[in-house]
Amino acid sequence: MISVDVKLSRGDFSLQTAFGSESKITALFGHSGSGKTTLIELISGLARPDVGRIEIGGRVLVDTEKRIFVPARKRGVGLVFQDAQLFPHLSVAQNLRFAQFFAAKDGRRLPFDRVVETLGIGHLMTRRPGQLSGGERQRVGVARALMAAPRLLLMDEPFASIDVARRTKAMELVERTRDEFDTPVVLVSHQIEEVMRLAGQVVMIERGRVKEVGRPEEIFASAREETPSDRFGVGVSLACGDASFDAHYRLTKLHHPAGDIFLPDRAPEAKQTRVFVKAVDVSLAHRPPPDTSIRTLLRGKVVSIAATKGPLAIATLELKGGEKLFASLTRMAVDELRIKPGDEVYCLIKAVALDERQVESV
Amino acid sequence: MDFLPTLTPEQLTAINLSLRIGFTATLCSLPFAVLVAFLLARGNFPGKTLLDAVVHLPLVLPPVVTGLILLLLFGRRGPIGAFLYEHFNFTFAFRWTGAALAAGVMGFPLMVRAIRLSIEAVDPRLEQAAATLGAPPLAVFFLVTAPLAAPGLLAGAVLGFAKALGEFGATITFVSNIPGETRTIPAEIYLLTQTPGGDQDAVVMSAVAAALAIGALVASEFLAKRMRIETRGLSS
Repeated sequence: MISVDVKLSRGDFSLQTAFGSESKITALFGHSGSGKTTLIELISGLARPDVGRIEIGGRVLVDTEKRIFVPARKRGVGLVFQDAQLFPHLSVAQNLRFAQFFAAKDGRRLPFDRVVETLGIGHLMTRRPGQLSGGERQRVGVARALMAAPRLLLMDEPFASIDVARRTKAMELVERTRDEFDTPVVLVSHQIEEVMRLAGQVVMIERGRVKEVGRPEEIFASAREETPSDRFGVGVSLACGDASFDAHYRLTKLHHPAGDIFLPDRAPEAKQTRVFVKAVDVSLAHRPPPDTSIRTLLRGKVVSIAATKGPLAIATLELKGGEKLFASLTRMAVDELRIKPGDEVYCLIKAVALDERQVESV
Repeated sequence: MDFLPTLTPEQLTAINLSLRIGFTATLCSLPFAVLVAFLLARGNFPGKTLLDAVVHLPLVLPPVVTGLILLLLFGRRGPIGAFLYEHFNFTFAFRWTGAALAAGVMGFPLMVRAIRLSIEAVDPRLEQAAATLGAPPLAVFFLVTAPLAAPGLLAGAVLGFAKALGEFGATITFVSNIPGETRTIPAEIYLLTQTPGGDQDAVVMSAVAAALAIGALVASEFLAKRMRIETRGLSS
């Protein structure tokens, strides 16, 4: 679907990157200054590589050897900028019409109303970008990029300007965009949670070089030794239903299809909540342990186990109800318990590992 | 308020002429100024420094020298002037069009500077965003860059206009001081100061010149404010 092989040097910085991805959402993951944004510029046509080749969906956009360089405006690559970059002198509707007007005449078109509805921006049409919140601006930015009916949607840290509480919603939006408009997405991010949740393929970039390419759980399972912070960052957020508060024990019980989740103190009042569960806080058991202190037991199925030669492995689980969960385990435990894909397991989560800061109201 | 009736027909002619020259000079040089300002702000080409220097020449040269250069180039016997006269039967020499040319050239660097600054202040990533949406370069300029730089364009035009109203040295050198043709407000004032008993009229004309210049500035300030409100969407 996308294949990139480029070299570029700019002063002290040099980028030498080759990767391919067939995934519907590919994440470029790396710390700031690693060259992610430069890659985005190269793919969108805002920068030119010294040497290289870029191909998207079978169409060659850059081939320095054959002297091919398709300019940005003819690439059909939508770019969602970090800070949206809406035209400040135009209303939201005019921003969208701008993109619609210049969309490739031969290409497919996305219906205006459907884009507006999917992104929930119908009530903002007459406003100017200066009157929008960060999240609204970002949604309009995504809508504008979609109006040009791109073959590929690039998103440069689209959640950076959205406050943490609303990020989950923004992520749902990206998923909906992918599904609703069948547009592959390349997402730049340095947030493990975003990548774990959204990406099918992760390209890990460090100092302008591709360090690893793979599924998110593989990448973050093997990244652990050098960067312990990555290990602790791996996790997903789970959508929970009604919450009830036990005043005697001061515990909140959140309802989840796979089982009840307990967390200390009162969770914010909301119909729908999300709990972020780190992979390191999850243990697995084949049977419900008869005498454990852990109150939160979730039923799920092992989807895959990513292990390297190091001590740790990451198990990907599909919880009852369809949500993903990750468990960080030792390789020894995986071998001794003979945990393998397809196993029905119980996922144990310590309540004290969760706190109300990890709960987002939706 | 019997202020206006004290103006003589000659003085009214001079005011009329100055306004005509000012508008013509501004309107004709504005597109070139925008083009040059855009090249200097966004372009990256060999000879950019040279272009910048040439544009600024009228600002640093004595106006008389600029007038002389215009005379040598656009005079009836100058290379450009002779060509225009031969092929189009058109001449700048000793005509109000020549005064407009001199005024336009003298105001050019001021216009370019103001417009260049305002174009540089437009975030290039907005232009990049427009490009990724499929807009060709000219559309990007007219739909994104120019509207966002509009207050600066206006400021440049007003500066150029004010400069055109006040231009004296280059004009008198290039097209002399012919009543009804090239005798603008400054030329009229100069003449009055050279005439015995003309001092009072000179002061009146100076007041007119000041009023015109201040009026132009106030009008541009008003328009610029409205543009800014439009851009930021604060009008609602």
